[in-house]
Amino acid sequence: MTASGPSLRLLPRVDDENRFFWTGGADGRLRFQRCAVCAHFVHPPAPRCPFCLADGLRPEPVSGRALVESFTVNHQQWIPGSDPYIVAWVSIVEQPDVRLTTNLVGVEPDDLRVGMEVVVEFEQQDDVYLPLFRPTSAPS
Amino acid sequence: MTRPRPEDRIERRAAISGIGQSQVGRRLYRSDLDLTVEAALAAIEDAGLTRDDIDGISTYPGMGIGTPGFSGPGTPEVQDALRLRVGWHDGGGEGPAQIRAVIAACLAVGAGLARHVLVYRTVTESTAQGSGGRQGIGGGGGGGGVPRFSGFLQWYLPFGAVSAVNWIALVAQRRMHEFGLTRRQLGQIAVNARRNAALNDRAVYRDPMTLDDYLAARMISTPLCLLDCDAPCDGSTAVIVSRAEHASDAPHPLCHVNAVGTALRGRPSWDQFDDMTSMAARDAASSMWERTELTPADVEVAQLYDGFSILTMVWLEALGFCGRGESGAFVEDGTAIARDGALPLNTAGGQLSGGRLHGFGLLHEACLQLRGEAGERQVPGRNGSHPEVAVVANGGGPIAGSLLLTRGPG
Ligand SMILES: [Zn+2]
Repeated sequence: MTASGPSLRLLPRVDDENRFFWTGGADGRLRFQRCAVCAHFVHPPAPRCPFCLADGLRPEPVSGRALVESFTVNHQQWIPGSDPYIVAWVSIVEQPDVRLTTNLVGVEPDDLRVGMEVVVEFEQQDDVYLPLFRPTSAPS
Repeated sequence: MTRPRPEDRIERRAAISGIGQSQVGRRLYRSDLDLTVEAALAAIEDAGLTRDDIDGISTYPGMGIGTPGFSGPGTPEVQDALRLRVGWHDGGGEGPAQIRAVIAACLAVGAGLARHVLVYRTVTESTAQGSGGRQGIGGGGGGGGVPRFSGFLQWYLPFGAVSAVNWIALVAQRRMHEFGLTRRQLGQIAVNARRNAALNDRAVYRDPMTLDDYLAARMISTPLCLLDCDAPCDGSTAVIVSRAEHASDAPHPLCHVNAVGTALRGRPSWDQFDDMTSMAARDAASSMWERTELTPADVEVAQLYDGFSILTMVWLEALGFCGRGESGAFVEDGTAIARDGALPLNTAGGQLSGGRLHGFGLLHEACLQLRGEAGERQVPGRNGSHPEVAVVANGGGPIAGSLLLTRGPG
């Protein structure tokens, strides 16, 4: 059985630019900045749209559904006491060039596949809600 | 992506006139400045110069960056230790990978800011790690007051992706998916490095290693095992980048700089780069070939970054030695990359077995091979002498730089 992540989570420093992302999971929704002009999602957060340079990016919830683009099972004890855990790249279904590095939960290493459909769930650590992903077909 | 006018390729005014390396090993317990001065004095002497001739200094990454033992001394420390009087000085951790320090020196001598630049890269990671092994970024946690992270690390560290090996393992797994890469193919990079390290008395790992040894090694971050990771060491490498016309009486053949590879056209990010299988090597390599009449077929020896074995595979494709996705088949039986193969690769053992001299060990070996001074491990050139064209590549993920070198007369 793999763990959901390392035994100790190193956490982001929450600030005005990233607060919507790291705390938005409190209501169970994954959010990204979106451009009101060209409609692109933008990640990581930016001061203006890097596609069309318009001002006024606003956080917007997405479906939380994503595809696994790659994965690795970490065995090294970087953080002592950690059981093996899965690190993955996932791309959101709304816009495939928006990727997250994350952990996959509820799946065993032998069942991992590039292209797997996954859905977000959040793990709370202090004021931060970390977006993790679970296969949509697996029982939760 | 326009080709430069020939007269704009000012790196061609530069040549590597001297090379030097300090003692290299595990846990030497010598200071980074001590090792650097040893390497620098060796390089200056090798170039037939004295320190009074050195009027430029450059390093990667400069002082105080990264985990302990990573950065080496900054240029102010080295300049002062040698009492250099410089017309140009530079250090930094951004740019086209570790070799950025050499590229910057080429541009400086090309622009007339200096004639002879001391360029060095020093690591003391083995001593810094002691017996504790390699650390992740951000440390191991534990204890009170765990720091929080901003900038790009915030997107990786919370998920236990705390080492470059995690980020690069994702590239390797993606290549398994897209191209059918296998661990047996990856292992050939490590086995080839060990075979060559046996002929390098500075290499840190020289005992014979088979593909079965590789396959039995413990996993670090799948599909990468311990033997896919380079070996932290202590050591300093220095080169003298000279304006070629001021080095015509150098005692060794000059290694002329034919072209530099510096581009980064994708997003500068480990997880947002457009092509998850190639990343910045693709851009650096293509920009290098845009600056030269030479082609991949002209290269007679390759020193390609192997901080992790998979990065060498990425560079083989990026530089055009095989097609996209074909590096696994290219290395599969080990013959093409052997010292007597079509493309001798990492002939001093690379970083996997030679030690993690962070790009500059590869540069040092390229110069030795071009000069015909690599001793037992010298590879033959195609015209009966030693090689005339070498390529050096540094970096992985969104960080990449390359250098095409040609041997001058002498
Ligand atoms: Zn826009």
